[in-house]
Amino acid sequence: MYKYTQLDQALVQERVDQYRDQLTRNLSGELSDEDFRPLRLQNGLYIQRHAPMLRVAIPYGLLSSVQLHALAEIAEKYDRGYAHFSTRQNIQYNWPTLESSADILQDLAKVEMHAIQTSGNCIRNITSDQFAGVAADEILDPRPYCEILRQWSTFHPEFAHLPRKFKIAVSASKEDRAATSFHDIGLFIVKNDAGEIGLRVLVGGGLGRTPIVGSVIREFLPWQHMMSYCEAVLRVYNRHGRRDNMYKARIKILVKALGAEEFARQVEAEFKYSENGPSTLTEAEMNRVRSHFTDRTYPTRPAIEFDTSDKAFTRWRERNVKAHKVEGYNAVVLSLKPNNVAPGDATTEQLHFVADLAEQYSFGEIRVSHEQNLILADVAQEDLKAVWEALKTQGLATPNIGLLTDIIACPGGDFCALANAKSIPIANAIQNKFDDLDYLYDLGDIQLNISGCMNSCGHHHVGHIGILGVDKDGDEWYQISLGGSDGSTLGGYKPAVAKIIGPSFSAAQVPDVIEKIINTYVAQRTPGEHLIETVQRIGIIPFKEAVYPPKVH
Amino acid sequence: MSNPFILNQQLATDDWSLLRPAEGEDAALLNVPTGQVIVPFATWQAQTELHSRTDVGVWLDNTTEPENIAIDWTAFPVIALSFPKFTDGRSYSIAYVLRNRLGYKNQLRAIGDVLVDQVFAMTRLGFDALSLRDDQKIESALHALKTFRTPYQGSTDDTRPFFVRESV
Repeated sequence: MYKYTQLDQALVQERVDQYRDQLTRNLSGELSDEDFRPLRLQNGLYIQRHAPMLRVAIPYGLLSSVQLHALAEIAEKYDRGYAHFSTRQNIQYNWPTLESSADILQDLAKVEMHAIQTSGNCIRNITSDQFAGVAADEILDPRPYCEILRQWSTFHPEFAHLPRKFKIAVSASKEDRAATSFHDIGLFIVKNDAGEIGLRVLVGGGLGRTPIVGSVIREFLPWQHMMSYCEAVLRVYNRHGRRDNMYKARIKILVKALGAEEFARQVEAEFKYSENGPSTLTEAEMNRVRSHFTDRTYPTRPAIEFDTSDKAFTRWRERNVKAHKVEGYNAVVLSLKPNNVAPGDATTEQLHFVADLAEQYSFGEIRVSHEQNLILADVAQEDLKAVWEALKTQGLATPNIGLLTDIIACPGGDFCALANAKSIPIANAIQNKFDDLDYLYDLGDIQLNISGCMNSCGHHHVGHIGILGVDKDGDEWYQISLGGSDGSTLGGYKPAVAKIIGPSFSAAQVPDVIEKIINTYVAQRTPGEHLIETVQRIGIIPFKEAVYPPKVH
Repeated sequence: MSNPFILNQQLATDDWSLLRPAEGEDAALLNVPTGQVIVPFATWQAQTELHSRTDVGVWLDNTTEPENIAIDWTAFPVIALSFPKFTDGRSYSIAYVLRNRLGYKNQLRAIGDVLVDQVFAMTRLGFDALSLRDDQKIESALHALKTFRTPYQGSTDDTRPFFVRESV
């Protein structure tokens, strides 16, 4: 994985020093809370419901064992012994103190980590496919592109005070596993007819209050121009994005207002001034960064024919073990979604355990997915059984990846100051209603996503089933939607925003409503058809009728 | 009392006065004093007799698009860009356009809500004059100018990203 150079390390250290100085000035009264606010946000620090919340970047979801151990130590030393993996390839601590925040950043800097630009109206953490570099269906490894963008966006002087937050994702495989179409800039690495590598550039995707699938503004951008082109997009946005209304300030609103064609024209006009300029990416730089990710040789390990008589192990392999481009290896998904745990939460003990396991079985590396699970990307098939046995001891082997109980959920009203409603108890109630594994297997792939508010941290718009917490006269209610897709294979590669089925429900009603939806699917499905496909085929009306029976007068 | 003022990374005395219209006052009709003065761009446009003065600079609000106004921007001795709120970053991009596209070489100053923690980025974008908000501590601002030694990306101060700079 990417190892910091002296320059990288110096920058992160200078950031810690800068922040410590800002914090000191704030605590002494020189820097007002109002003026400090955007500065602390750009260092990942929110003021939350119970305490500050610190969001740490995991660039493109990649961690070393050393880093994971350090994250566990931070959870132990400054928090309450656990941490939360978010849908944005970040990790969040819910209970640090403001005064300790600079010390935490210092501890992170020691292991080449930071909280730079994990919040605030700036370019956020660059996200990608959790199977990048090992996926059998990828054109090339997108991580060098992500790392180059990480560096380019870090402390970019022109774009530290944008109209709103700005998120970039990079994907290089046939299947989009990074919800790339729902980012402010989505970059798909593609190959043209001449075999050259370039980028298909999408702009203006996003969730939140106005969910929109991004528009393609460039079908093929030679990779050398990635930075200058992104800079052109950002410059147009920085100057013309709306600042009068924070709900209309994201780039998607600008793209919608201008139309994708006009927006593209303005970007191209801007780009023409920097095309082939100093920011043009060089082969040498690309090779330098790429070399960090291609430094691994896989010892030859045999491909294994597994005995299928062990039902539990077979199930786990079916759901949690994924294909790998090297024969004899697999990627293993560790479920952070057993019943009765907040989705995405992990304890200090689990973090240390996973770090050790990665050290022993997966080249000392761990991935984080936007579905809030962890991945050991390079496990030899010979070791799968041992890994499974080990994972079971820590409750990390729940064989539910991609199933109804593999719920994406934001921290919701239990922790987040923005939330209108709770997410975690709803997730737990659904998990408990559907606790029969055989039945879950029969239901097959279903993505259920829960957000506690319109900000959509739980990506409810792209859930096959989406649940949104809403506030009605001070009470918590839940709106249900169907048919969303993040663009992965299951939805036919077609990113789509879910449709709301009708009036919202109380928390107590939600599990029964989900059951009615599931029963309708089971009654209507054709053999082998997934829920999302059934919804796409028959529409939401049959589901609606099952959930809201017609009134008899 | 003039605001804390930094010119070329040092504490300096501000030789220019800044002319701002009062609430409801028409910028075009402002009475422009003698001596070095920075006037609203609307004033400069309306009062053509100012065009021959070499001691008159202009300040632009953050919605101005200098690249779409066909005048010789390089002739101004001073151009000031306004930050009505430090969290509004439009003037960063306007500074970039003035310096990198329109060839403006004379004094470029930041005015308005200019805070200690913005001066590093402003300097990178080619602001050589910083008229800080009046409550800002000059020592803190001078310290903040040295925040990072080697940034990654190119900007106005050095248009080359680090991987080009380092390999030269």
